Amino acid sequence: MPSRTALLPPHHYLNDGYGITSWLLTRDHKRIALLYLAGVTFFFFVGGAFAVLIRLELATPAGDLVNDETYNKLFTMHGVMMVFFFLIPAIPSVLGNFLIPIMIGAKDLAFPKLNLASWYIYVIGSLFTLYAIVSGGLDTGWTFYTPFSTIASTSNVIPAALGIFITGFSSILTGLNFIVTIHRMRAPGLTWFRLPLFIWSHYATSLIMVLGTPVIAITIIMVAADRLFHFGIFDPAVGGDPVLFQHLFWFYSHPAVYIMILPAMGVISELVAAFCRKQVFGYTFVAFASLGIAVLGFLVWGHHMFVAGQSVYAALVFSILSFLVAIPSAVKVFNWTATMYKGSIAWETPMLYAIGFIGLFTIGGLTGLFLAAVGLDVHVTDTYFIVAHFHYIMVGGTIMAYLGGLHYWWPKISGRLYNERMAKVSAVIIFIGFNLTFFPQFLLGYLGMPRRYHAYPPEFQVLNVLSSAGASILGVGYLIPMVYLMWSLRYGKLAGSNPWGAVGLEWNTTSPPPTANFAETPIVTWAAYEYPTTVEGHVA
Amino acid sequence: MPEIPAVAHERGHHHHHHPAALAHHFEDLGQQSEAATLGMWVFLVTEVLFFGGLFTAYSIYRAWYPDAFAVASHELDITLGATNTAVLITSSLTMALAVHAAQLGERGKVLIFLALTMVLGAAFLGIKSVEYYEKFVEHHVPGPNFQFDEKYFKNAQIFFSLYFVMTGLHALHMIIGLGIMTWMFIWSWNGTITREYSNPIEVSGLYWHFVDIVWIFLFPLLYLIGRHVHV
Repeated sequence: MPSRTALLPPHHYLNDGYGITSWLLTRDHKRIALLYLAGVTFFFFVGGAFAVLIRLELATPAGDLVNDETYNKLFTMHGVMMVFFFLIPAIPSVLGNFLIPIMIGAKDLAFPKLNLASWYIYVIGSLFTLYAIVSGGLDTGWTFYTPFSTIASTSNVIPAALGIFITGFSSILTGLNFIVTIHRMRAPGLTWFRLPLFIWSHYATSLIMVLGTPVIAITIIMVAADRLFHFGIFDPAVGGDPVLFQHLFWFYSHPAVYIMILPAMGVISELVAAFCRKQVFGYTFVAFASLGIAVLGFLVWGHHMFVAGQSVYAALVFSILSFLVAIPSAVKVFNWTATMYKGSIAWETPMLYAIGFIGLFTIGGLTGLFLAAVGLDVHVTDTYFIVAHFHYIMVGGTIMAYLGGLHYWWPKISGRLYNERMAKVSAVIIFIGFNLTFFPQFLLGYLGMPRRYHAYPPEFQVLNVLSSAGASILGVGYLIPMVYLMWSLRYGKLAGSNPWGAVGLEWNTTSPPPTANFAETPIVTWAAYEYPTTVEGHVA
Repeated sequence: MPEIPAVAHERGHHHHHHPAALAHHFEDLGQQSEAATLGMWVFLVTEVLFFGGLFTAYSIYRAWYPDAFAVASHELDITLGATNTAVLITSSLTMALAVHAAQLGERGKVLIFLALTMVLGAAFLGIKSVEYYEKFVEHHVPGPNFQFDEKYFKNAQIFFSLYFVMTGLHALHMIIGLGIMTWMFIWSWNGTITREYSNPIEVSGLYWHFVDIVWIFLFPLLYLIGRHVHV
């Protein structure tokens, strides 16, 4: 294997063409992943800008920075940008796109043109939603609840919803592409139970994408029919039921949470194995836990509607089913912990993120159980407790894993190493800033501070100031990687094909990989994560 | 750490010719066809969920407002609806015959059956347009201009909302289907479709049959409810 000794291969996907069209018309999954990286990074900072304004407003009890209507728009646009244009596409479309073909020894995804089309669909959808923002904003909340969204709101519901509708097809087609690729494109010898857990979790994610996203699409069509043509499907005036909207909305939007967290779990499995130099404990259980979460995720949407006039019996069933999600989630957490036990743990940046993820996801998951309990949920519904809970999952979970994965595979993507010291410092800053931002919100919610108000009683100020201070630390933590990762592109040391000494097909090709991923199609004769067990301590 | 055996892989094929239709990232046409077929099946699953949201709404409102739905259903033209059902089923037959001819490499027959499929699809849309026009004239389009029997005015509007959204999206799928058929017609004409590479016709056929099946559900649910009672 000559490519393993050469640090920078003469031909790789980044120097295979330089013009603008070589990027905008590329069918290479690796280049498309980088197009997505640009997109999701942009929307992360757009959504983040709204978060900055929200935390600034909440630094004082009086609604003094913005008025209540502007505040409604701020939290709506923060949610819409973060959920639909960052969290849902981030890990699958960037890391999944880049890695799935390489990890299974394929030359590309099954449908490269469809993959490029998915990115364009994402961009076109985002333009509609951005238009909604710059031309006056949206104030419905990211949930678009009827009849407010269909009748009452005077803000830009239609362009924003159209943008989300369009972007949904990017999600559907990406999921479809992943499913077909994983079924049909695996290298010879790469059986299902030799697949990296990253692949299993993306397979489960893809199932949710193709089964859930069409439902939000049709729901948006019904909202549009009501709002544009006064059809009245959700309008009580003609016998329509606004709560039906909530059912349809959450049928997608609860599983959508698992679209965000399942790929994150896949990243964590890779990181824990690589930096403990061990086979993931209970591989089969972790793999099936991904599918378990995907299936159960479709059966729990009613826990968002405990106070929406749902029958007691329905609430009971949804409550029990929601508790069941804890089982596969805990299977994963326990198995990662068991993998670390007696592992040769290397405290490099990606592992810091992985450990951060495990802790924060555990807190987010356990507080989710509070919310699955009907009695407690009624008490904390629409308070900051909810806000803190889902930020622990989405920010503490998904974003930690996304950054961990980005740092782990950055040398593979770029061919270069980043500044490890700065990376560690920023990982710690992010962890501290995150907890300072969101832990006080659990307390605020439990004390009764409702979400979605721009003013609050003075007794809540101390905790809110802590939260806003934490948010500024978190913001700094997110900006630092932007600097040293960009810096590494030009000045970073050459990474070589396998800087971490990890196993996995992606480390058996050059960094950056050639356009066709491998010089020869690999034949796989080993299980995932086959680290030598006889060697004490570090692997040479 | 396991080493990669550097062995070039040749999957199943003994002859080394590289068919023009084979994309660079597949090993052979068999793998390419399997991927395309699976891709279409997965897409059709998403379509089931897409229409599923509407069928859910339909089920709930029909259970809540059975009388209004029955009365409103009587306003639909059952003759035109039944004719369209026959037209669509026949188009599925010609589609199936086109697939069969493509697998046998009978280019002339493929072109004839694809053309017939398109003519029938267009006929369906034509008849549907006549129905839509009638509803428009009768003020049965929901919204500010909606007119209906006082007693059922409110809930009949929901029936017609669902009628227009469901049949409208079905018609949109028909239009897309006609686009796909045109594409397949060109590919058959210019020789892209061969006996070895008939998979695009098969995959397009899956889509066409699916759109047909959606109508098979829509017709009884929208046109035939409450026909046995006289409200």
